[in-house]
Amino acid sequence: MKIEQLSIFLENKKGRMRNALDVLADGGFNIRALSIADTSDFGILRLIVPEPYKAKKILEDNNFVVKMGYVIAVEMSDQPGGLGTILGILDDSDINLDYLYAFVDEKEERAIVLLHPEDIDAGIEVLKKSGTTIIPPEDVYNW
Amino acid sequence: MIWNEEVECISRDEMRKLQLKRLKDVVKRAYENVPYYKKRFDEAGINPQDIKNLEDIQKIPLTTKDDLRAAYPFGMFAVPRREIVEVHTSSGTTGKPTVSGYTHKDLDIWSEVMARGLTMFGLDENDLIQNTHGYGLFTGGFGVHYGAQKIGATVIPISTGQTRRQIEIMKDFGTTVLIVTPSYGLYLAEVAEEEGLTSGDLNLKSIGFGAEMWTEEMRQEIQKRFNAPAYNIYGLTEIMGPGVALECPEQDGLHVMEDHFYPEIIDSETMEVLEDGEKGELVITTLTRHGMPIIRFRTKDVTRLRRGECACGRTHVKMDRITGRTDDMLKIRGVAVFPSQIEKALLKMDGIEPHYQIIVTRPQHLDEMEVQVETSPELFSDEVKELVGIKKKIENFIHNEIGLRVTVTLVEPKTLPRSEGKAVRVIDKRGLNS
Repeated sequence: MKIEQLSIFLENKKGRMRNALDVLADGGFNIRALSIADTSDFGILRLIVPEPYKAKKILEDNNFVVKMGYVIAVEMSDQPGGLGTILGILDDSDINLDYLYAFVDEKEERAIVLLHPEDIDAGIEVLKKSGTTIIPPEDVYNW
Repeated sequence: MIWNEEVECISRDEMRKLQLKRLKDVVKRAYENVPYYKKRFDEAGINPQDIKNLEDIQKIPLTTKDDLRAAYPFGMFAVPRREIVEVHTSSGTTGKPTVSGYTHKDLDIWSEVMARGLTMFGLDENDLIQNTHGYGLFTGGFGVHYGAQKIGATVIPISTGQTRRQIEIMKDFGTTVLIVTPSYGLYLAEVAEEEGLTSGDLNLKSIGFGAEMWTEEMRQEIQKRFNAPAYNIYGLTEIMGPGVALECPEQDGLHVMEDHFYPEIIDSETMEVLEDGEKGELVITTLTRHGMPIIRFRTKDVTRLRRGECACGRTHVKMDRITGRTDDMLKIRGVAVFPSQIEKALLKMDGIEPHYQIIVTRPQHLDEMEVQVETSPELFSDEVKELVGIKKKIENFIHNEIGLRVTVTLVEPKTLPRSEGKAVRVIDKRGLNS
């Protein structure tokens, strides 16, 4: 149920993100989803790719610091209030979210949000209980 | 005005005679009373009687800060501890501090040399001297204090900090002589300006500054801001404190109080003594100190000596302002910092690979220190708040180690410059070494 996510440390400097993306492009990795968290002096690039372990190794071979983590991919209705419903479910169960990022899956015509709750297993449990559609990793990697 | 014309304007011959007499005496006292010196002399196969002329000093082994540290706390004292009336210590930033002990007589000497120097700055018994050097184990505060009291000036022992109060007092009391570190002086000037003060509101006639490296541009800036001449003070805790050498109104080097402190310049690689005018490491011998005679101490400060007549009338040898160090010590806002301390602090972080670089700047006249640390998988977290926490944690470890707040920046692995496989640890952008 959990999706493997790569987090890459980047200095907040010109060209740093491009370097990381070039490494992935050269390795033939097609990025499925991506977000960036930035502060005044560093950023964290988070991304979903097929074969995440291979991607991690290539990045590390190129001197990037990479951490493997997990997120939950959830389908939401692509209309106003769609995301709010999902957040409501987590909130009602007192589950804190560290961050999320969302995008639209054009093939399936659905909106998807990637969630990173503080407690990922508890998150999965309440989402399941509420009848939310959780998208399995295979589907995410094969968009 | 010259405080002690008889000594300060002595002929070279007379000075050498005096120095030789005192050198023989101090060597004898050190040998007979301090086990460290007896051991070193015996190992080198020399005897106090072997000192027949001033050049014979070169036969005596050099003493380093490590030697003094090994004698911590009182091993270098040449008199019973009850005769020591005051102690000071170095900051102890690289391990155990070194202790400096003073007898009544030593304090008299300290007062005398500082009185000579403060007189060079124009201080007399009518003056009000505001001493912003810290009072405590640091020698800066007390050294200035003793000299000013010997002259009979009114001392304002305000110590460092409380900047707005400093300015208020400077104005209300009508301070005539100000003692500062160069960077604190510039900071004071800036705050004074913010408070709407102009140099016309102040009554300053001169400024004495010391305890850190500076440039001629900094001096010009201080002089301009306060509209008063600024003079350099040199000294070190191991030898006495401030007062080893001070600058006369010519503002062209510091007169070494060579009847008390015998200076030599050595090549820090070969240990050979260099000629006058050549740049090298300053080595000092205390000629008159009783409580703790120090013979041929390596200061690690780089300068050169110049002899010849000075327009001020004094005959004591002059040294240039310090232009560098033979070790990697940095002075940040007056505090001695060694890269090894940063390393020590970083090692307290689990999993840190101590690839780091220290960048020192002086953006607003105050030293700023940034420590760039290469991240490693162990140090990296997927969450911004945790990464910020890691950064804070490193900052706190460094603060505990060196007593200064620094900015830590996390950088990508293998991005810090390395030269010939060795990391470049320090980038000092303050331009103090020219």
